[in-house]
Order: sequence, then structure tokens, then C-alpha cells
Amino acid sequence: MIVHSIFFYFFSVIAIFSSLMVITSRSTINSVFFLILDFISVGCLFIMVGAEFLGMILLIVYVGAVAVLFLFVVMMLNVAEQKQSWFIGKKSTHIPTGLIVSVLILLELLVVVGGWRYKEDLMSSSTLLLSEISNTHQLGLVMYTDYILYFQLAGIVLLLAMIGAILLTFRERVGVKKQSYLNQISRNPSNAVELIEVKSNQGVKVDD
Amino acid sequence: MTEIGLGHYLSLGAIIFFLGVIGIFLNRKNIIVILMSIELILLAVNINLISFSIFSGDILGQIFTMLILTVAAAEAAIGLAIIVVYYRNRGSIRVEDIHGMKG
Repeated sequence: MIVHSIFFYFFSVIAIFSSLMVITSRSTINSVFFLILDFISVGCLFIMVGAEFLGMILLIVYVGAVAVLFLFVVMMLNVAEQKQSWFIGKKSTHIPTGLIVSVLILLELLVVVGGWRYKEDLMSSSTLLLSEISNTHQLGLVMYTDYILYFQLAGIVLLLAMIGAILLTFRERVGVKKQSYLNQISRNPSNAVELIEVKSNQGVKVDD
Repeated sequence: MTEIGLGHYLSLGAIIFFLGVIGIFLNRKNIIVILMSIELILLAVNINLISFSIFSGDILGQIFTMLILTVAAAEAAIGLAIIVVYYRNRGSIRVEDIHGMKG
């Protein structure tokens, strides 16, 4: 039990520190790297608490795909040297307002966490950890039977996101030769083949 | 102190949520950092759902977490595509330069 608490405090201190660094670090590249560190430490927390499948999903999909997508965009857009800073520039009135709202949200959440009394058997029973089958097996047993509709809707959401991202970033370039199916199938011998009467001792002028 | 319960995980989720909200409010320069703050908020929500799922012995929270991860990935892809298009059109993605709608 003491090992569990040591690891919990270790990973959660890393998670809080790195999420603080995400929003305060000077360059965007550093923010992305701290976001990756945050995902890794929270994924380790998930694995530690017993949700192995989602922890590995967070490590593989999030660190491997989404955070690297952020990294690609930051490197592609040439904003790496654009420093972010909070307190320079024009006189800003939104910083005290934002601080008040954020601190109020934190205090409300902590009051809810601290002042809420749990039902006794809710806290004591952990059938998930004591059950015979593994976490992934259990997740699959529920997700592919009762929640198959939501699973397929999630797939449709991903498909729509892919189509939307391609459509948004697609641009027509000039000077690029492309295949045109309509031109290909509407070609016929009368305008594709030309018969030329070749005079003797004179060549044929081939244009282009 | 040494017994890690549900309250510890919920407090961690609350702190990360707070940091994400404060990142959205206080950031003036870079819109990519705002997207990363949204990712932080979704991560805090996932921490809450998974800790409730584990400590109450119900698998349902992990299924919701998986759906949230899917939607968050889609949102990140679409948001980054919009940022790329905006940068291509305007040449800048600074937050204070984005006032085309006079909002």
C-alpha cells in the first residue's frame, strides 16, 4: 500500500508540474513536450490504478499520434520562435477576471471532492479489481455487446474528422498534372488520331 | 495520507482541470497552447471517470473514457487543420490578431 501511495504522489506531482509548464513555458515546442510528459504520467497512473487498457491507449494513441500531430503542426507553422507571454503588450483586463474564474472553479471542485461523503459499500466493493478476467477482456465484453452503437458512432466520428481535416487543408495547385477520368473516357478516335498527307522530301511538323 | 482513495484522484483531476482553464483564460499569444489546454481539460475529465470506474467497480466509466478519447482525437485533428488553414490565409495565428469577426 505504501508503494501505491509513493507511485501515486510521484506520478501526480509530475503530471501537475508538467501541466503547469504546458501553459507557462515560453516556447510552443516546450509546451508540446510537457504535454507529452503529462500524458505519459497520467497513463502510468491509469495503469497503476487498474485500467491497463486505457492507460496503454493513452500512451500509444495519445503520445504516439495526437501529441506528435501537435508537434508536426508547431514545426510546420513556423511559430516555434513566437514566444508566448502573459503580461506584456497592451493593458489587459482579462487576466484578473480569468484568475478569479479559474480559482473559483478549482475551489468549487475541491469543495465537492472534500465535502462529499461516499456510500460505504460503494467505496469498499471493488469488483473490477477482484474479478477473474482481465481489464481488456471486461471492457470488450461490455463495449462490443451493450455499447456497440456507441462504438460504431465513435468510428463514424473519426471518419468524419479525417474527411474534414483533408477537405480543410486541401488546396488546388496550379501546374500539377493530374489524371482526369472524364477526359480519358470521353476520348474517341475521331479527335485522337489525325491522318496527315506527307509530301515527299518534307517532314511532318509535330507540334509541342 | 498513505491510503490513496478516490479523493486523491479527484483532487488530481480538479487541479489539472484548473490548470487547463487558467491556460485558456490567460493565454494571449498562441492558439496552439489553447488547444493543448483543451486537451488538459479532457485529460482531467478522463481521470475523474476512470477513478470513479475503478473505485465503484463499474466498467462503464472506462467505456465513456474511450469515447471521450475518440472525440478528443477528432477535435484535435479538426482544430489543427483549421489552424493550418488560418495560418495559410493570414500568415499569423496570434490570438490578438484574430479579430476578423469583431468579437
